[in-house]
Formats: sequence, structure tokens, C-alpha cells
Amino acid sequence: MSDVVEKTLTALPSLLSLDSQPGSAKLSSTSKLGNLIRGITELTSKHEEEKLIQRELTSIKEQMSSPSTSMRQMKELMVRAIYCEMLGYEASFTYIHAIKLAQQGTALEKRVGYLAVSLFLNESHELLLLLVNTVLKDLQSTNLIEVCMALTVVSQMFPKDMIPAILPLVEEKLNHPKEIIRRKAVLALYKFYQIAPNQVQHIHNKFRKALCDKDPGVMTASLHIYLQMIQENPEGYKDLTASFVTILKQVVGGKLPMDFNYHSVPAPWLQIQLLRILSLLGKNDQSTSEIMYDVLDESLRRAEMNHNITYAILYECVKCIYTIHPKSELLEKAAKCIGNFVLSQKINLKYLGLKALTYVVQQDPKLALQHQMTIIECLDHPDLIIKRETLELLFRITNAQNVTVIVEKMLEFLQLNEDDYTTTDLVGKVAELAEKYPYNEWFIETMNTVFSVGGDMMQPDIPNGFLKLLSEGFDSVEEDRKLRQFAVDSYISLLQGETGKLPQRFLQVISWVLGEYAHLRTDLEPATVLRLLSKLLDSKNTSSETKSWVLIAMTKLCDGRTGISAAQEVSETYSSSLDTVLRQRAQELQHLSQDSELRDRVLPRDTGLEPPEVDSSLSFLDGFVSEALAAGAAPYKPPHQRQEELAQAKTLSLEPYSLSLPISMSSCSITDRQSPTLLSISSGLSGDSMDLSHKGGSTTLKLDGVKRVWGRDGYLAQRESVEEAAKVEVPSPLHSASEQGEAEGAHSQNPTPTPTPEPEQEKQQLASSLFVGLGSQSSVCLMGKAEPNPQRFRRKAKSPSLSSGPSEPTSNSIISSPSTVDNLLCNNLLDSNITSGASQDPPPELSQDLSTANGTCDVEFTDRDEEEREPSLIKDNGVIAHEDKDRPKDLCLSSHLPAELSGCSCSEIIPLCSHQSLHLSACHVQRDEFLVLVVFIYNSSDSDVQQILLELESDQLQVSCVCESPVQEVSGDSVAVCQYTLTVRRPSVHVEVAGVVSYTSQTTESTQFSYKLPLTSFIRPLTVSTEEYGTMWLAFSNDTKQNLTLISEDQESLTASLNVLKRKLQLHVVEIIGMEGIVACRVLQDQPCLMHCRVHAGSLAVWLRSPVPDLPDCLIYHCQRALQEH
Amino acid sequence: MIKFILMVNRQGQTRLSRYYTPVELSRRALLEADVVRCCLSRKKDQCSFVEYKDFKLVYRQYAALYIVVGVTDSENELSVYELVHNFVEVLDKYFSRVIMFNLDRVHIILDEMIQNGHIVETNKSRILAPLNALDKMADG
Repeated sequence: MSDVVEKTLTALPSLLSLDSQPGSAKLSSTSKLGNLIRGITELTSKHEEEKLIQRELTSIKEQMSSPSTSMRQMKELMVRAIYCEMLGYEASFTYIHAIKLAQQGTALEKRVGYLAVSLFLNESHELLLLLVNTVLKDLQSTNLIEVCMALTVVSQMFPKDMIPAILPLVEEKLNHPKEIIRRKAVLALYKFYQIAPNQVQHIHNKFRKALCDKDPGVMTASLHIYLQMIQENPEGYKDLTASFVTILKQVVGGKLPMDFNYHSVPAPWLQIQLLRILSLLGKNDQSTSEIMYDVLDESLRRAEMNHNITYAILYECVKCIYTIHPKSELLEKAAKCIGNFVLSQKINLKYLGLKALTYVVQQDPKLALQHQMTIIECLDHPDLIIKRETLELLFRITNAQNVTVIVEKMLEFLQLNEDDYTTTDLVGKVAELAEKYPYNEWFIETMNTVFSVGGDMMQPDIPNGFLKLLSEGFDSVEEDRKLRQFAVDSYISLLQGETGKLPQRFLQVISWVLGEYAHLRTDLEPATVLRLLSKLLDSKNTSSETKSWVLIAMTKLCDGRTGISAAQEVSETYSSSLDTVLRQRAQELQHLSQDSELRDRVLPRDTGLEPPEVDSSLSFLDGFVSEALAAGAAPYKPPHQRQEELAQAKTLSLEPYSLSLPISMSSCSITDRQSPTLLSISSGLSGDSMDLSHKGGSTTLKLDGVKRVWGRDGYLAQRESVEEAAKVEVPSPLHSASEQGEAEGAHSQNPTPTPTPEPEQEKQQLASSLFVGLGSQSSVCLMGKAEPNPQRFRRKAKSPSLSSGPSEPTSNSIISSPSTVDNLLCNNLLDSNITSGASQDPPPELSQDLSTANGTCDVEFTDRDEEEREPSLIKDNGVIAHEDKDRPKDLCLSSHLPAELSGCSCSEIIPLCSHQSLHLSACHVQRDEFLVLVVFIYNSSDSDVQQILLELESDQLQVSCVCESPVQEVSGDSVAVCQYTLTVRRPSVHVEVAGVVSYTSQTTESTQFSYKLPLTSFIRPLTVSTEEYGTMWLAFSNDTKQNLTLISEDQESLTASLNVLKRKLQLHVVEIIGMEGIVACRVLQDQPCLMHCRVHAGSLAVWLRSPVPDLPDCLIYHCQRALQEH
Repeated sequence: MIKFILMVNRQGQTRLSRYYTPVELSRRALLEADVVRCCLSRKKDQCSFVEYKDFKLVYRQYAALYIVVGVTDSENELSVYELVHNFVEVLDKYFSRVIMFNLDRVHIILDEMIQNGHIVETNKSRILAPLNALDKMADG
């Protein structure tokens, strides 16, 4: 910064803050705000300030509500209100005036009105709706300043639902002759893209136009949108790489007008933005990276000026070079550049250098070696921020050989640090490192420090992870035993000391470990441990949660005579506790201490890896569920669906019904609205498709993913994955012994530096211990990457992180593997769904139903239309229709099938009902655009039956008669045929047509019947392209996700599964890309449903979307069955 | 991304605050006091970037006035540090002509530079263009 500027700037505070400096009084005397500010500055206590501001607010309120207040005065009052609220005093009465000011004011008054609105209100504030008309008016104003203001406020905040109202106007502004209007319009669209991306989908080509705008400002504004879109989907914008490179070249080459320069550097923030975009595009993509090598090289060369802002650009440039596909020449230059940073005397540059280095060592750990002495210096830097950043860097280069030194440095820092947030963060990192390299004593000691320092602030998964590690053990039984013994020793000695300061979490860990492993120390009397534990119970500092842990530990330990008496004593004290949990634990302790046999059964010691039997399907509730369903209870709906339906009922549809915006308003969050074709790129979103699985239209509880973490005997050691564990390669003892030798050797070669008189030597020594193992690539161990070399300690099985808090030492969780749940879920579905005909033979009730006196009968139908079926028809008047008679009748009925339907896929003809001499049968025929229900009326008597009236109706279906007059008469021993077309009105897993037939033979008779058919009969393929699919996907608001069982385990499983669905359900497979496939279908008439499938962890993650509520849920049921029955 | 920008005097009194991520009014005063304490306690030769909770503070001192910017971890601290200076230079350019204290005008300038936590304009003449136009309208 030049001296001249510096001097001008020192004068600035007097302009702004009116600190008691000469001249400031004169400035402020003219303004009431100035008086207020000065008044506040002179106050000494918070209380006085409060009084003053309340007085001020009262006066503002009075003046604002006075009708004689002019807009000019209103503006002045508004600024004072802004000031008051800025100090934390709510001025909500002014909000409505702010909107009025924006509406009625002119020029600066209007601007202040808009400003106040944007400061006072948040995006969801209801008053914001009142602003819409003002914005609308200003957007159409001929005064450019007003258009500008409106666009500014729109790009700051605007109600999402009202976007369609102003979108055409904003779009129009993209072609405005003035650059500032175009620029602000682009920024407004950026805001829309952020809050409602589906609303601006159709104007993506306009973004491109903005990118190519002749004005650099408009182009710069469009980069915000591109940065975000490329973050979400880099693949979609690779073709723009060359354009971004060209732009950067021109900027770096100084082609922009001079006023874009900042301290002679051309548009630095624009350069930074472009570099960020390029690094996203070039990541993991060699050909795209190659396009940008030249311009990156030039950027490095051009940024020679010694000014902060050039360093800011260089930092971004270095990051980009290390993110994209590497080019050694560039890497070298970037590395040299980082050297300039870290070696700089300017502390801000040093900091940024460390930050860059931290990023870079993840790609190339050797770079840390080049700067090791600098890093050592930074580690001892007086500024804690530098120290902290250095530790962050070291954390990334930790390997088996330097872990002890690095952890020691981190623990040293923790002693100095006072900030809770940093402590929590750092403690987590230490724990992470310690768990990675658990060297017996060192591991336990380190974790002891972690627990003591981290206390009750630390993440709950740290103690969880620790206990899990301890109970799971490593590969060697001997190692495990030693580790546990050491833990027991260490905790015993801790408990013998002062325990008052130990955090609760730590005490809980100690209790669990002692309860579980104290017996490993045969020389340790259980009574001693019990005494130490009961001392904890007596302490005032022990929380009741911890006490319950202690009691459980005691329950495990109370062996022998002394143990029992100690237990009795304790349980007596606590069996009258007001805390129910404690009381329960005390009761358990009392009973189990007396009955050792029972205790061994309840709390087995050193149990095998057999998980307890748990009925994960909750099948004992099946009866209850089906009873409830039969009694008319609504089937279970997952919470999200309920919420969505609720919200849908509430939300007004504000969108035009034109084709330009074929998007239905939905309450769903926008971020969830990604096209599935983007999913492969964003892992976060892909992961998302895993949650909320099993929420189809089923009536069972969803239990998958519920891990059994805690059992009666404490933390469960991931026992469900025994099988996996077996697969994990077990190093031979020989191998592990030699490795251990090596590791110990390395350890002894690099002892923790002891203080020596020569500080330089000390640093050298520290350096050698910190950077050991970084030189040779083979031993490098990068955080977060797969270990290239076999580790000395290997966890038995990689398992999903268990994050349930240690607060619940109870055993009510359930083990389940996803596949079994799938099965269970399906079975339950079938059981509970009465309409389903999965049972191989007709249930006995069926014939009873058929024989009921009221003449009602139900005919069951399944997808398997070809299934053998032998319903017995027993008529209430005693006339028995013999089964052997049915067959030939069916055969002859099929000959009555209308000629136009022959050749179409026809279901089996099913008897519907029989009444006296009239027999009704039906079948359905699938046509492309509809489904035809054919009803055969057979008169078995010799006399005519007249005035036959057939009425069909359905809740779920639209029924229309094909022939004009359904009323007929059927002469003796002949067959009449009625046709109905059916389309789905409201989807359901199974749909039903209920009918009444009335006729006259001698008297007028009537009888009822029903005909059920599966939804699958209505499914037709929907032929769309991938692009169309993408657009539709975003537009649909009803969705469901579930994991289905793949039909085979091999590589082609996705294709095979989709083929099954295609064959059985007539779905249209749009495209299969790698492990993902997209499928589309429609349900008659035009109810589309889209399906996105992804192979994930051995199952098929399916995500269905449709504009029709319930359709995804129904369809997923049929997909599940189709795959299951395969 | 920028989370907020604060202008405070040495006594810790807020002169201007603008939040780009929602923070409840009741929590702002506390946050500001804490943030200011964090920055005021630092010496001149110390780093201008401070870790604060899960984000970072970039601060710059101009005599008795401190400007503190809260940024996310992914932000380039040095570029924000210079952005603050650019902002101050813009203020200097504008207020040297019209000597008057105006909270609203500072906000209007800031709105041109930062929107929703993103840097949207850094060209000084373009930042001031709308405000100058407004002044002209008032004069005329």
C-alpha cells in the first residue's frame, strides 16, 4: 500500500465512526443519526445504551406512524432504525414502513427502503410478499436507477414462490443495452438458480450468452452461475473449458479496461474465480487439463509483482495446478512458488503458504520434505494460528513412523489452547491418528489424554470408536489381550488417584473396560475393582448416567463372597434411587449378583461372535398390522411422504400452466431435485439415495440400517460382520512379527527429542522424526487414502461408523442385514396385503367367501395370470357348478372374445359370480392405450334372461363402457359379452372393479361381484430420450427410494435385473451407464413414472419419481416382486 | 464464501454489520462481541487471519477502525483481505467528495460489491455508479 493511500485511509475512520477526533463533531451535528451514534459512543454501560435506544425507538415509532411524515423524513428515520437493529434491538414495527418506503419513495429514499427490507427481513418472511408488486413495477420502470434497485434486491432476496411472476421481466433485461442492467439481471438469475434451480432450467443458453457478453462485467457475473453449476456437474460443461481459458488469457494479458485493475493487477478476483472453475473442470481429466496448462503457466509467470493480491492469485493458481491432471513442469514451478510463500517474512503469506502446502502434501507428500525446516520453525511460531495451521499440515503427512512425534506436538498444543472449538477438532484428529496406529501402551496413553483433555466436549464417536476398537481387537489374540490388560492397568491406577476431575465420558469408558476386561488381570482381586468403582458412585461429580455405567460394570464383576456383599450394599443404596435407570441397574445388580448362573447367561464373558437372536422383522406384530389394516386402518406412510402431502395441500400453485414451465410446485427441497444423471458425479447425492430406503407403500416397520451397537454386555463388537472378517486377509504371524520388529526399530531410531543445549540440533532431530518416511514413496501413508503397505495392525473388519452416543447402554437395537430385511419386508408385504395372491393355493376362506349367502364373491388376481386356479363355485341356492364343468366353459367363453381383441395379450377367464342360471365371468385384455375388461354373461337355463343391467364402478379406475347400451338380454344357453375400457385414476398396488348385475328372469334379481387386477396390467413402456428423462425427472415431485435385491451378483446384475423388469413389467430401459440405469414407464392413461437404479453395496438402489402421488410407491412394490419372483 | 462483514471501532462498538448467512438478531450482538474480542486481542505482527469456530475471520485495521470479515474455510483469505482494502479505497474515493456520515450509503456501496456472500463487483467506478446516479437525481 502506498504511503499516500495509507494517509488518506487513516483519515477515514473519522468519517465513518465519529470517534472523538476534531472535526467529527462538525460532521455529525447535521445528522440525527450522528447524534445518536455520538450519544451511544459516549455511554459507559450497557444498561444506559439500552435505555437510550429504547427511547430512540419509541420516538422513531411515533414519527413513523404520523401521517405527516414525509418520505424524506421516513428515510432518515429508517436509517436510524437500521442502526438500532444493527446494535441488536429489534425494530420490527419499522418493517412495514420499509416496504412502504420502497414502494412510495423516490431515488435514494426508495433505495433505502429496499436496503432496509434486505437488512430486516429474511428470505421466508411473509412481509416479503408485499414487496413483489413494487419490484414488478420498478422492473418495468423507465428509470434505469429504479430497475437497478429492483434487480439488486431481487438478487439479494426474493420469495421463491413468486419467481415465476417476475422471471420473464428479468430475462428480458438480459438483452438490455446497459451493461449494469444486464449484469444485475444475471446476478438475479444466479439467485434464482440458487433457490429454485428448476425454474431457470430453460434459460441455460442465456447463461452462455451472458458468458460471451461483450462487457467484462456481465461475463464476470455469469461466472458465479457457472462455478456453481460446474461444482454440481463438471461433466456437463467441459466444452466450455476453452472459453474459460481464453477469458483468463485475455485477463492475464491485460486486455481488460484499466478500471478493472486493482493496484495494477488486472481483475484479480475475476482471475481467482476463473482459476477455481478451471480446477473443477480439470480434476481427474487429462485432456481437459491439457487445454489449461499454457494459461496456468502464464499466470504463474505474470504474477511477479510483490503485492498481496498477486499472492492471492498465485495461491489459487497453485491449488489449481495440484488439483488438475499433473504436469511435472508446472508442478515444479508451483512448488517453487509455495517456497516463496512459506519463506516470506510476511506472516499472512506464511499462513497462506502453509495452507497451500497442507493442500499440496495430499498430492505430493515429498514436498513437505523440501520445507521441513520452515515447518519446524512454524511449529514454534508465537502466533497460535500459524502453529495450528502447521499441525493441520503435519496431520496430513502422518505415517506409522512419525505418528508419535506428531501426536505429541498436537497434545502440546492442546495444553496451550483455550478455544473449545479447536480443542474438539484437534482431539478428534489425535484420536483418529491414534486409532490408525494403535501401538499398545502408546495408544492407551494417548487416548487417556484425549479423553482427559477432550472431556465432555468431544465428539461422541471418539469413545465409541475406542471401545469398538478395543473389543473388536486386531489380528493377534495375544496383542489384543496385552492391549486390554494395559488399559485395565492404566485405568486402575487412574482410579486410585484423584478422580474428581476426570470427564464423565472418560469415566464411562473406564467403567466399561473394567467391567469387561478386569478379569484378564488374574492378579487383580475383583473386590479391589469393585471398591474403586463404588468410590465413583459416592463421588458428587459423577453424573447419574455415568453411575449407571458403573453399576453395569459392577454387575459384570461381582464375583466371590466379597464381591457379592459389596454388590448388595451398593444395590441397596440405589434401588430406592429416584432415577429409574439407576434403580433398574441396581435391581439387576442385586439379582444377578446372587445368581451367578443366571449372570453368566445374561452377561457371558468372552462370548463368541454369535449375535443374539433378534426378530428384526418384528414379525410378532404382523397379526396386529393385518388386523388393523383389515379394520380399515390407513397403511403406513413414511414421515417424508406425509409431510410432502401435507405441504402439497398447503402450497398454492403459482406457476403458469403453459408448456414453458412444465414444473409442478413442490415443497421438496431444491437440492434434492437433482437429475439422476448427475448422480454419479456427486457422491453426496448418490449416498442420499441410500437413505430413506424401504419406504415404499408397505405396512411394515423399516428396520434396515438400524445397527445393534450396544448390548446388555456393553458395546457390541461388530459381530454381525464375522463373515466379512473371515475374508480379510490375515497376515502370517511371521510377517507381522518381522514388521513389528521394523516398526519398533524405526521407533527407537527416532526417539522423541529430548531437550539438548543446541537448539539447531534439536530442530534437526525433530525434523528427522517428523518427516521420516516421507522420502521413499513406499512407506508414505497419506491420510484418507488406501494404505499402500500392509499395516501392522489391521482392524478385523471395516464397518460403517457407529455413531450412537455412549449414553444408552441398553440393548434394544436390532441387527439386520439389508438383504434379509428386503426379504422380510417383501414377505410381510405379501402377508399383510390381503389382495395379494402370492400363496400358491387358494386359501380356504376363499371358497367360504364364494358361498356366502349375499351372493358377493371376490376373485383374486395376481400378476401371474397364467397361474393354475381352481375355484369352486358353490351357489347359494344349492345349484352346484361342477369344477369339471368350468374348464370347458372357460374354453368356450374364450371363443366369445370379440374379434378385435383376439391376438392381444389376454388374461385367463375368471368366473365372477353365479346367480341362479346366470354366470358371470371376466378377463382383461391389454391394449396399447387402454385395458379392456371383458365380461361374459352366460345364461345356463333354457329361458331368456331379460333387462340385464351391469354396473361397474371403481375407486381407483376410470370405467367406461365400450358398447353404447349395456342393457341386454341373454337367451337360453347363450353368452353375451360386455366390454369396458379401464384406465387408472388413482394408483394403488392392486385395483378393483366392483359391480352389480341385475336382471329379470321370473323376478328381478341382483348380485354383486368384484374383479381385482394388479397395477402391472396398466403399465406401458414410456419411450423417452435421456434428455427428456432429465427434464421430466426434475419436474416430478412424488418420489420414493428403496433398495431392492439384485437378481444376480455378477457384473451384469444391473442389466439382468433391468431386463427382468422390462420383461415382466413392460418398463422401458432408457439408458444404462456403468452401474446406473434409467427406466421409464407410464400407467394408463398418461401417468408417467421414472425410475433411477444404481447398483450399490450389492443391492439395487431404486429411486422412483412421478407427478402422480402414490404411483412410485405402488410401482416399487411390483418391481420388488418381479425381482423376487425371478 | 463470505459469511458476514463487520466494521467496529476500538471500543468494540459496531459501526456496520452485514450478514450473508442467517444469524438471529438476538445472537448477533454476542457473536460480534466475541469476534471483535478475538481480533482486538491480536498484535500487529500477528497473522490477519484467525480461526473462529468452524470458519475464519479476516480482519484489517485502519487506525481506530477494524473491518472484520467472516469467511468459510474454502475461501482464499488473502483475496478477502485485499477485498477489504478495495472496499475502503472505494469509501475513500466517495466520501472524500461528499463529507457526510451515512450508514445507508456505506451499505449501498457494499451491496454493489458483495451479494449473498459472493464478490460481485470490484471495479471502483462501477461500484459507485449507482450511488453517484442517485446523488445526481437528488441534486437535480
